[in-house]
Amino acid sequence: MAAALAARGAGVKDVLLLERDRHLGGILNQCIHPGFGLHHFKEELTGPEYADRFVRRVEADPGIEVSPRSFVVRLTPDRELSYLRPGALEEVRAGAVILATGCRERTREMIPIPGSRPAGVYPAGLAQKMVNIEGWIPGREAVIVGSGDIGLIMARRMALEGVKVRAVVEIQDRSRGLARNVVQCLEDFGIPLHLRHRVSAIRGRDRVESVDVARVDADLRDVPGSAFSIPCDTVLVSVGLIPENELLEAAGGAIDPATNGPAAPAVNLTSLPGVFACGNAFKVYDLADSVTRDSELAGRLAAGYLGAGA
Amino acid sequence: MTYDVAVIGAGISGAAVARELSRYRLKVLLLEKEAEPAFGVSKSNSGIIHAGTQNPPSSLKGRLCVEGNRLMREELASDLGLNFVQCGQLIVIFDPADLPELEKIKADGERLGVKEMRLVDRAWLDANEPNLGPEVKAALLVPSAGIISPYRFVYALVENAVRNGVHLRTSCPVTAVGRGADGLFALTAGGQRFAARFVVNAAGLRADEVSALAGAPTFTITPRKGEEYLLDRKREHIARHIVFPLPTKTSKGILIIKTSDGNPMIGPTAHDADDKEDLSTSDEGLAEVLAGARRMMPTVSRRDIIAYFAGLRPASGKDFIVRHEDSVPGLVNVAGIQSPGLTAAPAIAVMVAGILADRGLELKPKEDFHRLRPRPVHLFQVPLERTRALIEQDPAYGDIVCRCELVSAQEVRDAIKRGARTLDGIKFRTRAQAGRCHGGFCTTRIMKIMQEELGLAVTEVTKRGPGSELVKEERK
Ligand SMILES: Cc1cc2nc3c(=O)[nH]c(=O)nc-3n(C[C@H](O)[C@H](O)[C@H](O)COP(=O)(O)OP(=O)(O)OC[C@H]3O[C@@H](n4cnc5c(N)ncnc54)[C@H](O)[C@@H]3O)c2cc1C
Repeated sequence: MAAALAARGAGVKDVLLLERDRHLGGILNQCIHPGFGLHHFKEELTGPEYADRFVRRVEADPGIEVSPRSFVVRLTPDRELSYLRPGALEEVRAGAVILATGCRERTREMIPIPGSRPAGVYPAGLAQKMVNIEGWIPGREAVIVGSGDIGLIMARRMALEGVKVRAVVEIQDRSRGLARNVVQCLEDFGIPLHLRHRVSAIRGRDRVESVDVARVDADLRDVPGSAFSIPCDTVLVSVGLIPENELLEAAGGAIDPATNGPAAPAVNLTSLPGVFACGNAFKVYDLADSVTRDSELAGRLAAGYLGAGA
Repeated sequence: MTYDVAVIGAGISGAAVARELSRYRLKVLLLEKEAEPAFGVSKSNSGIIHAGTQNPPSSLKGRLCVEGNRLMREELASDLGLNFVQCGQLIVIFDPADLPELEKIKADGERLGVKEMRLVDRAWLDANEPNLGPEVKAALLVPSAGIISPYRFVYALVENAVRNGVHLRTSCPVTAVGRGADGLFALTAGGQRFAARFVVNAAGLRADEVSALAGAPTFTITPRKGEEYLLDRKREHIARHIVFPLPTKTSKGILIIKTSDGNPMIGPTAHDADDKEDLSTSDEGLAEVLAGARRMMPTVSRRDIIAYFAGLRPASGKDFIVRHEDSVPGLVNVAGIQSPGLTAAPAIAVMVAGILADRGLELKPKEDFHRLRPRPVHLFQVPLERTRALIEQDPAYGDIVCRCELVSAQEVRDAIKRGARTLDGIKFRTRAQAGRCHGGFCTTRIMKIMQEELGLAVTEVTKRGPGSELVKEERK
């Protein structure tokens, strides 16, 4: 939305905004905690409030056509797009394309965590969606793998819903999240943080019954004899985000294999002329405000490419 | 109602037997303890339709494998709308001194009736399997081997059997097999009673227990675990054939496996286990699989792994057991169906029908046997122009639920119509949740569709049956 609005502001006449969900706003809609907007709006907003500011401006702009429930399946280097929506396969050609497709979560399969594969193991973002959007409480006793901001925020969120959060397990020797989140999400709720530990197995046939946790040394190898078990019915996995660039890759755009972001000389660029990437699709950001700032730049870059306003 | 035949177990063996019997004018019951068919060994295997090589020429499993392979290629794939891909296999050697081993595999295969095998040299391999590592010196090419989705094979057989009148009862574990005053078998399953003239026991890992229930404790099943690791679909073209090393005494070794859905797979390990329920994977298994695969193809990387699972081969000695138990007249055991059971199942089924006929079951062909089963639509398998036509027919094909694997709401609904009752059942049928995000984005949507179609509360939606609920409580 920020890129679309900025492109319009820089003189682009016609913007098509394709969104696979029913609603605009993306992942912000499930981030109902505060902490958004301190830089951009100089006030503290929740995720949905932050998104809503942009939704209103997008909807009021006659030069932006919003197409919800529209899933792009194909992008070519000369910027032809095919997308599916209920009832139609559409094809369009764009002067410039901005990919603002966000990121996905790394999963237990990518670490990988051995053991069984019962119900009750969720990527933290999925659990967040269940609780915040659907009102579904996934379990009674949870262990959280990974102490990034998403893991910390979900620890607090689960605790607020009456779930017993038994532990947050972090393989590194410090939390990867903001210091304020360690205090406000764990310490204030008495949730133990096990640093330099890893979940070495998930147990349970149909539903999670426990996890094995082991201390690791500086080379991240298990310290013999250090393993212990934590009973729980839920495991939330919060071990990092990966930019989603499968469309760019299929179009032949260069991808940095280390990050899955576009391989590019400068922010928001891709190896394909006229194709830009912004937000978490370009690189994983800590703050939505920084995403907004760079996405506005992407909108202006696209406008510049089109020679708009000139 | 009295059944002519009760088949216990809806894995590939039981499904194939039920479908084979459904050709005849018989009342057939198929009993399955899990919430859906294919939730036993038949869901977690390599999905290879083996050619028949790497089996002793005198073995039952070798003979049935070659025949099952032929049935797949010549009949079943097209009749049942299966996505069978005959990609062929290579058995590679790292040391030219092992050439005689390859010659022996070839000679044994020929005795079993495997056709068109030939030895290929490094130059041929460079041209036809370019990602092989430098250690590989030569290989045996076996063109009749291929790949299939194992669970969709089971679902196709079960659907077609049901279409032809077989009664399927899921969540129905057989807990007693007695004999009524009328001489019929009296089965207790899932709290219900069933009567049958014949019983076919195809209970996989539990076949020894079921046979003992019926009064024939004549064998034991020892599980042998195999861990398998799936790679990202981006590596689809890493191999053109299924690539094997020389077999060991207990297994065919660690393989590079193409799968019919695109994601290549590496594995399986083969280690005896003592717990029939233990499907856990381990750090050691991963290391073993990676080392084995990388020796054949060094570009396989740990980073490519997007999923993993373990399966248990239900072994009883070295060969299959497919026999009538004379101590319990009317009981036919289909047991010890380890690899290549997925391949052999259609031939096992024909053999079982023959055994039943020998014991007095009359096999009168049905005039209206429906041989064909329409192939379900998978958007990920069709070109965009076909997708356009589908959406015009049915708008919900344009409503994408699973972004990683391109699965529409229509396909999820269709899977439920065809019998899916659980999230795993939907995953196996449609691939929704099977991609790189593992359901992170689509799980809630699929759960809602299940609620709508099946009239469930969200707390009743399960991953794979009772006990595997996803949500403990709903707050409005
Ligand atoms: C790792 C691995 C890789 C393999 N790779 C291949 C391959 O590439 N190619 C190949 O051809 N073969 C392969 N196999 C072998 C193949 O998977 C098996 O031979 C085959 O799936 C066995 O099928 P089944 O129907 O006999 O058993 P199952 O699929 O286990 O079916 C038995 C069914 O009986 C049910 N049941 C049990 N007890 C009861 C009861 N009391 N009442 C009612 N129902 C009951 C179970 O729930 C189950 O659904 C592999 C096996 C493993 C483990």
